[in-house]
Amino acid sequence: MSPPEGLHVRLSQEAPIPLEAELSCAAGEILALVGPSGGGKSTVLRSVAGSYRPAVGRVEVEGETWFDSEAGISLPAHRRRVGMVFQSYALFPHMTALGNVMAAMGHMPAPERDERGRALLELVHLAGLEERRPAELSGGQQQRVAVARALARQPRVLLLDEPFSAVDKATRQRLTREIADLRRVLSMPVVLVTHDLDEARMLADRMTVLHRGRTLQTGTPEEVTTRPVSAEVARLVELRNLFEGRVAGHDPAAGRTMLAWAGLTIEAAPRPELAIGESVSWVLPDGYVVLHRRDRPSRGEHENPVKGTVEAALAIGQTAHIALRPLSDPSLPIHFSVPLHVAQRNGLAPGVEAAVSLLAEGIHLMPPAGRRDERG
Amino acid sequence: MDWTALWLSLRLAGVTILFLLPLGIWAGRLLAYRDFPGKGLAEALVALPLVLPPTVFGYYLLVAFGAASPLGQLWQSVFGTPLVFTFEGLVAASILFNIPFAVQPMQRGFEAIPAEVREAAACCGMSPWQALAKVELPLAWPGILTGMVLSFAHTLGEFGIVLMVGGSIPGETRTVAIAIYDRVQAFDDAAAAEMSSLLLAISLAAIALTFAFSRRIGRRLG
Repeated sequence: MSPPEGLHVRLSQEAPIPLEAELSCAAGEILALVGPSGGGKSTVLRSVAGSYRPAVGRVEVEGETWFDSEAGISLPAHRRRVGMVFQSYALFPHMTALGNVMAAMGHMPAPERDERGRALLELVHLAGLEERRPAELSGGQQQRVAVARALARQPRVLLLDEPFSAVDKATRQRLTREIADLRRVLSMPVVLVTHDLDEARMLADRMTVLHRGRTLQTGTPEEVTTRPVSAEVARLVELRNLFEGRVAGHDPAAGRTMLAWAGLTIEAAPRPELAIGESVSWVLPDGYVVLHRRDRPSRGEHENPVKGTVEAALAIGQTAHIALRPLSDPSLPIHFSVPLHVAQRNGLAPGVEAAVSLLAEGIHLMPPAGRRDERG
Repeated sequence: MDWTALWLSLRLAGVTILFLLPLGIWAGRLLAYRDFPGKGLAEALVALPLVLPPTVFGYYLLVAFGAASPLGQLWQSVFGTPLVFTFEGLVAASILFNIPFAVQPMQRGFEAIPAEVREAAACCGMSPWQALAKVELPLAWPGILTGMVLSFAHTLGEFGIVLMVGGSIPGETRTVAIAIYDRVQAFDDAAAAEMSSLLLAISLAAIALTFAFSRRIGRRLG
């Protein structure tokens, strides 16, 4: 039925935690499981690891069935070859760093464990700290011990449960880079639970959006964050330019579908299957909003021009986040970001009039909220 | 000093904690980690000996162990001796009235281990027994030791239940606590004072040890 390679998970239950999840992850692939906290991400991981037992479902790893509710199979957690990095690291406080790593080597001959444990600690840049206990290590160092311990098990699948959430931002960036580097030596499926979309974009080959226990969409981070299947996913991947519109017509010659929105007619990427008059939700990722520059008008400006009033200009670092209220309907602000110096040169400040183009290729149409993505 | 009584008390306390060690680990772990129907009732039953007057508890044990009870008859038919007014009966009673002193500290000891740490043990490939030996016991031992020390000290000092179930047979059921009472009755104040001060010292040492252990729990897991 399903290919034997990689990890395949299907879970379903109504209570106590509602679950309707399906995901798969190929060997060597990193799958990010994203969604708001309390959405069931950890429960899915724990179902794979065997510390949670869902009512109905199936978990297969490399052709081996770990859990199958129909066949009555449920491999106990300690017999599943899983490497897990917990959110709190969950190191054994009474063991040294090396002891923690060696604790996961019960499957190896005893004389080889010490050497292998030291090699793994070196791999995660902890050489020299073998004899330290967790309490004597920094958060980032503890996280690395946890990664080394997870790898020590020679796991068939590696599970990372928000592994960067408990460290400061600088450590987080360094650890993220290290995990990215580590990918070269990882040949198993890796599932990364995170609520940080940037982390998912940086590390993952594909991402699955999970909300209230349901998997809503799986695709490359690029796909999911620019072409969500529903308004619900759009909100979950933090797309701020989410609007309701109506299909106004199709222009096959120009390869455009026309959209009536905020008293304007907007050209969008072609969706000939949508009936004229149908209401749709649509999103536009920030990057497809182009500011008309005061000094230097450019060719793109006749593509879906929208004039409006700057409502807010918030500078975070070197980036200015702008909200523009269209003159034709100020209740529908368009959000976009520009480098701070561009905002300054164009005088983008609250109350100032400005114009933007909404690039047609970035406009993604979806069935309207309530028809497909809300629960019945 | 009634050395026979002291030796009997020490033997009673030693045998009691030998039985309570596995029982307390099992029950403490169960109450710490599992949810099951009737858990509240089970916890209340564990705590009951703390508030039940010793004579009341002793009376019910006397009835339950007596020659007229099924348990007493079964014991008599298997071992050929009665259960009441014997050392064995005293051990059985002692195990029961020490349950809260053994189980509750052990339960606290196991509760102090984060659930993720126990899950990590399984993810490391440790079977439940290996996880118990390598992770849970090394982390919960201050609680386990506290339970043992409290039970030991409490057994030395218990009076009401011992008198009800065991009487005061020298060398068989007369513990040091009962010997103190006997000595006071016989106006032998010197012997009573000697034995009392010994029990006081043991109790003080036990309390000091348990406080030291609970500080250790805080340090290791804090």
